[in-house]
Amino acid sequence: MIETHLPAIISLNFLAFSVLIPLFGIWKRELCQPLASLGAGISAVFSVYGFIYYLNEIPLRYLFGGWEPPVGIEFVYDGLSAFVIVVINVIAFIVLIHSRQLAVNEFPNKQMAYYSVAMLLMLGFNGMVLTGDLFNLFVFLEIASLSMYALIAIGDRAAPFSAFRYLIIGTAGGTLYLLGVGFLYTVTGTLNIIDMAPMLPEFAGNTAVITAVILMIVGIGTKAALFPMHGWLPDSYTYAASSSSALIAPIGTKVAAYVLIRVMLYLFGIELLDLVVPISYTVGVLACIGILYGSIMAIAQNELKRMLAYSSISQIGYIIMGISLANPFGFIGALLHILNHAVMKACLFMVAANLRHKEGHSDISLFEHSYRRKYPWTMFSFSVAAISMVGLPPLAGFFSKWYLVLGTVEADNWLFLAVILISSLLNAVYFFRVLEKVYMKNPDDEVPVQDHVGENNEVQPSMLYPTMVFAVGLILIGIFNVAIVAMIMNMIPSGF
Amino acid sequence: MELTYVPLFAVLVSLVAVVPILLSSHRPNLREFWTILAAVIKFGLVLMLLPSAVRGETVVLDIIEIAPNVPLQLAADPFGVFFAVIASGLWIFTSFYSIGYMRGAGEKKQTRYFASFAVCLSSTIGIAFSGNLLTFVIFYEILTLATYPLVIHKENKEAIAGGREYLAYTLTAGLMLVAAAAMTYYLTGTMDFRPGGVYGGLDISAPMMLAVFMLFLGGVGVKAGIMPIHSWLPTAMVAPTPVSALLHAVAVVKSGVFGIIRVVGYVFGSDAMADYSLNDILMVIAGITIICASLLAFRQDNLKRRLAYSTVGHLSYIVLGAALITPLGMTGGIMHIAAHATMKITLFFCAGAIYVNLHKENISDLNGIAKVMPWTMGAFVIGSMGLAGIPPLNGFVSKWYLAIGSLEGGMLVPVLILVISGLLNVGYFFPIIWRAYFKKGGPELEKYGEASPFMVVPIMVTAILSIVFGLFPDLFFHFFELASAISNAIFNGGT
Repeated sequence: MIETHLPAIISLNFLAFSVLIPLFGIWKRELCQPLASLGAGISAVFSVYGFIYYLNEIPLRYLFGGWEPPVGIEFVYDGLSAFVIVVINVIAFIVLIHSRQLAVNEFPNKQMAYYSVAMLLMLGFNGMVLTGDLFNLFVFLEIASLSMYALIAIGDRAAPFSAFRYLIIGTAGGTLYLLGVGFLYTVTGTLNIIDMAPMLPEFAGNTAVITAVILMIVGIGTKAALFPMHGWLPDSYTYAASSSSALIAPIGTKVAAYVLIRVMLYLFGIELLDLVVPISYTVGVLACIGILYGSIMAIAQNELKRMLAYSSISQIGYIIMGISLANPFGFIGALLHILNHAVMKACLFMVAANLRHKEGHSDISLFEHSYRRKYPWTMFSFSVAAISMVGLPPLAGFFSKWYLVLGTVEADNWLFLAVILISSLLNAVYFFRVLEKVYMKNPDDEVPVQDHVGENNEVQPSMLYPTMVFAVGLILIGIFNVAIVAMIMNMIPSGF
Repeated sequence: MELTYVPLFAVLVSLVAVVPILLSSHRPNLREFWTILAAVIKFGLVLMLLPSAVRGETVVLDIIEIAPNVPLQLAADPFGVFFAVIASGLWIFTSFYSIGYMRGAGEKKQTRYFASFAVCLSSTIGIAFSGNLLTFVIFYEILTLATYPLVIHKENKEAIAGGREYLAYTLTAGLMLVAAAAMTYYLTGTMDFRPGGVYGGLDISAPMMLAVFMLFLGGVGVKAGIMPIHSWLPTAMVAPTPVSALLHAVAVVKSGVFGIIRVVGYVFGSDAMADYSLNDILMVIAGITIICASLLAFRQDNLKRRLAYSTVGHLSYIVLGAALITPLGMTGGIMHIAAHATMKITLFFCAGAIYVNLHKENISDLNGIAKVMPWTMGAFVIGSMGLAGIPPLNGFVSKWYLAIGSLEGGMLVPVLILVISGLLNVGYFFPIIWRAYFKKGGPELEKYGEASPFMVVPIMVTAILSIVFGLFPDLFFHFFELASAISNAIFNGGT
């Protein structure tokens, strides 16, 4: 039965392709990108199939080789992990299709390494999401992180430096997480999440457990770019090759946010978490600061990719705030925003890539109104994603905001509510600034407007269609959000 | 006849029309044909709903579940149909007028203009037919977004600054509305609009009620132009005049006051309003706005800006009607939605005709223009006298009911405000008329004639409508009957 092996197929498929790509790549370099897309495509299809198949089933505990934990490796395929797997694999699939021309342009000689490492990155992400074991999670985290360092290093001249910086910060984060896991192991004697969860209440108030929680949250928070551990992110996203930032930005921090959900809401549970120290509230406040900080910094940026990077810091704050609210609406908002933000950011980074591809830069101050003629559909996609980021209905972004707002109201948390509303306005400031540049002639130009401002110079279909798919997806997710929300409701952890 | 889907079609028809409008961007005549066609069909569809609305029935259509247990719901109730008739009816005239204006003024990017206009009308009708708060919020935000390209149409520095101010106000308002809707959902467990409100009989602390009310007031109040959050409206006058005429005198700003009446009558309800003294807040704001806006109107030399301040003042008549929470006051407020619409659109049409024809936009330059543009200025006289509340024009009827309504509630101050405001209205309109008719114009006027018939005919029609509806408020559209039915539903909690 293929269904019972889905977790292994989905994740190990990436491992197989990471080996296949160099083999074929030596023979024909052009084969790397199609192979990578194929690999991601296979996993994407299986994850969608698995998600639908297990929608109303009990969670699947998959034991590699039939070995029981603690000896064997266990994957847990429940609604939550299946959902996140669908999001990351489908997005990776579309982003990899889009990357074809970018790879030829930006790093023609490194394609083989690039796509092979990209597959390893996806293996790491999939493993992080699926694993049922805290130590294996660390292993997959490191696989993903090491691949990410490599991918980021392929890029501008400043890219290796920002990758190195990320390496230092990321390794520190990973180590802190491992330290936390060590503490938990000494207390409980197990590393398996499902085994550990019922034991923890016995050790409520144990100093080692509290230390472990804090260490783990700081460690994962670093990967998720939770304020103030976000320092690595802006440079990495800005200087990485366009295809890398389009791949990493939408899904990298989301996977970390998913791990936070696992650890905070499933492993510990909200009661235990806040027993001694109000951890969830503290995390929420940090998320709020991150939301405002990211939005304000985004306003100050002139480089589109850098602006989007800061905006990511802000948006990840929404997700973590939703988690910290620890009520059903907050949870729905957080998970819906994982999906929405992944789609929005993928779309926006693709637009940045398209512009870099055609114009050779993505400097907002040089944007002009000829773009709306030259790249009508790219700019349409940008507008849709931007308006969705601002959170205007009926686009997807509005609804995640709506559930988050309901969550804050339900928690009587007026501070968080105010932060969401203010940050929406700040989002409007930095996105409308770009839209103004693209859709309106510069009022300082004294030259009379020409009706004919430029020829249609749209990017090739292999880049345009993936961008458009996301833009249209945002409209559809918005209108049909209830279907998704109904699924998310099944995942709400017990104890809310 | 089956009416279930008519509200949906009424919303969609202008949205669908955007496609042929965009596709025929190089054939202006065809493009404008689509606009007119959409306008006529839309009005026809809205009229189909009129008989059932007059009977007090509501046509409800759930389109899709948009949040758990909250449908995207169109409900053509009497109040929604009332507003939709006005907005869609005046769109027809505005479309003809736009053709004359945009071509006469040689404006660029007319395709974008007509397309945005169509989207605006779709969302306005959507607002009118919103059956619950979330649907209202969605259409309200779409309206904000669709109006933006019209405000910045000229793409000069002034327009861009105006556009930014417009967005700053309206987006903030939209967010406050989102928060208010969320809190209402949390407190009452429903988002439906119900005649008589959903807050009645709930035990909610006064500060909480005040917070929700203030959020609502911020949310819908910005578009309703209440002070001190009105200043985007005069700034938005940088838009082409048809936009000022239909959107910033009828569709957008009336969506705001429509929202206020929805909030007062269908969310809070008169009992909750009175119990928590929320109507006092509303009344003070409305009173101050009426007087201050009229005073500020005196200082404006730019004709459109003076009209904009006049709009701010008159919108608060309607707000005042809602704040009185008496049946007759509410009737008066609702009637004023219709009355102000026909009169103010006439005045803006006149201002636009003067601008396109004579290239004058300041009142001090209008000497003697009545000789050149007799029809336009004749309509202007009718419109301004109506706004001052002189019988038999239709401004009088609504004012009369507002006054009786305040007496019904045992209040004299609102009556005083209405009287003073009427005098101030005369005060700021009379100089314009006096200059146009009795001052001698410069010799350069001789080479000009009346504006293009595309503009003059709509002007005359709306002016005549002002008189007709003043004399027979129940003619054709049963405005008075509808207004009384709505007010009855709000206060007696049924249809």
